[in-house]
Amino acid sequence: MNKIMINVALPLVISVLTLNAMAETPEAKGLRIAKETDARDVGFGDSTADMMMTLKNRAGQTSTRKLHSKVLEGKGDGDKSLSLFNTPADVKGTSMLTFSHGLKADDQWLYLPALKRVKRINSRNKSGPFMGSEFAFEDLGSQEVEKYKYKYLREEACGKGWKCHVVERIPAYKYSGYSKQIGWTDTKEHRAVKIEFYDRKGSKMKTLVSSGYKQYLGKYWRPSVMSMQNHLTGKSTVLQWTNYKLGTGLSKRDFNKNALKR
Amino acid sequence: MIKQYAKILLQWKWLALILVILAVGLAGSGAKNLTFNNDYKVFFNDDDERVLAFENLQDTYTKNDNILLGIAPKNGKVFTRETLAALEDITERAWKTPYSIRVDSLANYQHTESVGDDMSVANLYEEAKNLTDEELVKIEKIASNEPLLVYRLISEKAHMTAVNVTIEVPPDGEMGKIVPQVVAHARELKAYINETYPELDVYLTGIVMMNNAFAEASKYDMSHLIPLTFLMILIIVFLLLRSFSGVLATILVSLFSIITAMGLAGWSGIQLSPPVMSAPVIILTLAVADCVHILSTWMHQMRLGIEKKAAMVESLRINLAPVFLTSLTTAIGFLSLNFSDAPPFRDLGNISAMGVMAAFVFSVTLLPALATLLPSKVKKTDKKSILSGLMASLAEWVIVKQKVLLIGMTALTIVMIALIPTNELNDIYVEYFDERIKFRTDTDFVVKNMTGIYFVDYSLDSEKAGGVSEPAVLAQIDQFSEWLREQPEVIHVNTIADTFKRLNRNMHGDDQSWYRLPDSRELAAQYLLLYEMSLPYGLDLNNQIDIDKKSTRLSVTMKTISTKKVLAFEKRVDAWMETNTPLIKSVGASPTIMFAHIGMKNIKSMLTGTTIALVLISIILIVALGSVRYGLLSLVPNLVPAGLAFGFWAIIDGEIGLALSIVTAMTLGIVVDDTIHFLSKYIRARREQNLNAEDAVRYAFSTVGVALWVTSLALIGGFLVLSTSSFQLNAGMGLLTSIVIAFALLADFLLLPPLLIKLDGWLSGGEKDT
Repeated sequence: MNKIMINVALPLVISVLTLNAMAETPEAKGLRIAKETDARDVGFGDSTADMMMTLKNRAGQTSTRKLHSKVLEGKGDGDKSLSLFNTPADVKGTSMLTFSHGLKADDQWLYLPALKRVKRINSRNKSGPFMGSEFAFEDLGSQEVEKYKYKYLREEACGKGWKCHVVERIPAYKYSGYSKQIGWTDTKEHRAVKIEFYDRKGSKMKTLVSSGYKQYLGKYWRPSVMSMQNHLTGKSTVLQWTNYKLGTGLSKRDFNKNALKR
Repeated sequence: MIKQYAKILLQWKWLALILVILAVGLAGSGAKNLTFNNDYKVFFNDDDERVLAFENLQDTYTKNDNILLGIAPKNGKVFTRETLAALEDITERAWKTPYSIRVDSLANYQHTESVGDDMSVANLYEEAKNLTDEELVKIEKIASNEPLLVYRLISEKAHMTAVNVTIEVPPDGEMGKIVPQVVAHARELKAYINETYPELDVYLTGIVMMNNAFAEASKYDMSHLIPLTFLMILIIVFLLLRSFSGVLATILVSLFSIITAMGLAGWSGIQLSPPVMSAPVIILTLAVADCVHILSTWMHQMRLGIEKKAAMVESLRINLAPVFLTSLTTAIGFLSLNFSDAPPFRDLGNISAMGVMAAFVFSVTLLPALATLLPSKVKKTDKKSILSGLMASLAEWVIVKQKVLLIGMTALTIVMIALIPTNELNDIYVEYFDERIKFRTDTDFVVKNMTGIYFVDYSLDSEKAGGVSEPAVLAQIDQFSEWLREQPEVIHVNTIADTFKRLNRNMHGDDQSWYRLPDSRELAAQYLLLYEMSLPYGLDLNNQIDIDKKSTRLSVTMKTISTKKVLAFEKRVDAWMETNTPLIKSVGASPTIMFAHIGMKNIKSMLTGTTIALVLISIILIVALGSVRYGLLSLVPNLVPAGLAFGFWAIIDGEIGLALSIVTAMTLGIVVDDTIHFLSKYIRARREQNLNAEDAVRYAFSTVGVALWVTSLALIGGFLVLSTSSFQLNAGMGLLTSIVIAFALLADFLLLPPLLIKLDGWLSGGEKDT
């Protein structure tokens, strides 16, 4: 009886599994992985961290900026973030508030202490460079699932003995600076290891490598180094994150125009 | 010994033919390594200080390599819904240009204005089709009052606009390789515009188009000049020899010499560039001279009734040594181009030298083998030709008029040499191409109607991080910009000072009275941050400000002016900055500056090259002629032609550039050939036949007179063909070289003989010593 069951059932189970796998299109699989990745990050509430940004040009000169960053997890909409610039000295005290929205232009305000005024930045500049770096706003903003269309490519080793899902994603945002991105996300913890950015004409433009991942609150992973190399210009930018704190109890009140001036 | 060689050669002529073909095949297969370098930087040494300054500037900011699409609506109006809408489409498509990192046009110009209490940074306009008449007027008003745009992306009369595509060669790429792809896309875009918007005319210019023009001018030359030279050689050789097999053999020797030289160039890693492309014409022309000498003696012997093989043996016996000698001196002349500061001329010299030596080898192997193999009918005759008769009369005339000629030629030489300094240095690189090349006419149109292609960049360095926001620094940047705008050469100044003023005005409700520099560093830095944060894709500030905000690039667009004026401008700016803006003092860097200095630099370096070539050639002459005094005397007919030619040039043209600075060295080795032939015959007559000076002159005229005429005519003809090149460097070089060779003939016929007679005592004094 048992023997018969195995003889009959096993091939049946295998074929159903195979059929299932075959039924899942690369697009569906890509989306499933993106949702999984997104789900892993739900519930961190808020985070604060210090960031040091190092710019390097083709001639090899470097320049650094330091800022403090606060993020409030968005519910139903994108995250809210507030960046406070510490150096260079002449922009110390300048701060920027961003309400990120999936497919709409973000809302952004900048507080200029020298003018003692808050100015709204009125442009569709998600694709524009952040503080003259190789990072665009859209590279740093929260990565909501609906921002892209996905296509699963393959699974492959991606260093440190990790295995990665390789997924192509095409921005849904009309004014995105990219024609596509290819992302490597480790299969176990869904950490973004590497992203390749392709510009509007389809050339490989930049590569972002994130490393030094640490786990917070026993669940959420954050990288300590994000290194962006521009292949077209030879310029690069490295972000170093320190003092990560998650779930510090920040609220909406810490993310409004008045909060900018503090 | 030579006789021995000639006999063996003619016995084994099939073997000789096979060996020659194998050698040519082996050498020629190197041609597969030849690549065309279409980057204007090919004209400069990698370590040239001005090249380094410009490279460094481009590494600090963004590259200047660009394609400019000049867009001229047929109705002369840019600010219409149709043209503005077309511009949006064109701008969007321009982003697809391979290796493009930035596109600038009216359609994506980031207009800043104050909206309520906020600042808006946005495209100057969008969806032009739906613009109202009022909006059109407003857009035109903004654009034609914006110093960033007028004379740069919009003409003063608003009848022409442009889309500028910045191209960046990736760190692991080469300009030469990407140019064809970029240009192909630009031309597709142009075809698309012509198709879709027939009311728009499109003109393509910019650095990348110029780089491409180098290749196109060379292609034009290859397909026009080389066949023309072949045809000319064919005619001259046929008229002289009236022998089909002679012509065929000559053509093959020339062709094989070119293949060998170009192949060896490929093996030695030389890259092709426009000056190098004149090498085939030069080699072709010079190879003919060798063949003419050997073939004319051969035919002469046959006319005397000698059998063709024996006649060839005799011809080789007589000619091998002089042909070797003249090839050697010619090669030395070309090799001296290695002193040139511009790598393409070094390559040209080396290839030509290899070609000349290959021509020598083939004319003493392939030529005799082939000539005796092919059928040839020569009538036995002892009739003297009309030319020989003319030569005899010329000799008589020179001897009768020797005093007048000596004084006249000396006076002419002095006058011409005195004229040389009136030549002016001029290297206008846009004018390196003549009107047959589209780049030139397109560029001329854009320059005439909208902007300039000449520019000078200044990296104004405050030497402190964030220093560009310092009020004192900004004030000097502004002062410098305003002063530049008053200079007559200047068309446009792109300066960060304007951006600061504009932002300050925007921050104060667009009140014109606030169109001034911010008065504190913090304020300036925060404006800049706000602006920087507001820029869209591809439009960062890095093309104007370095990453440390320590220095800023100021770009001056200029009229297309002469080298002299560029140098004067450079000096004036230098002096002005020294006294007025010491905080930001810097030197200008750009191709305009680089080309302005290359002519003088090359002349200086070529002086050494020419001197060394002259010394070497004189030593060879002294050894060959067996007399120090004759050797020294030969300096006169060797140097006078260049002196006469440059003086003559001052009268007919008066502009000397990069290419002409190599002519003296290059022609030295060629004009010396005439001197060798004339002097060796003269000396033979004096020594062996004991003729007096006047009879020796008659003898020299009668033996080599005709040959000198013919070879000189062939050379003049060959270089005149070069003078029709669409690439002005080659054309000027060809024309001046023809003139030098013509004057060399003049000097050998009219100056050398009277000198020989006059100095006979001194010259034969030397003879007794040895």
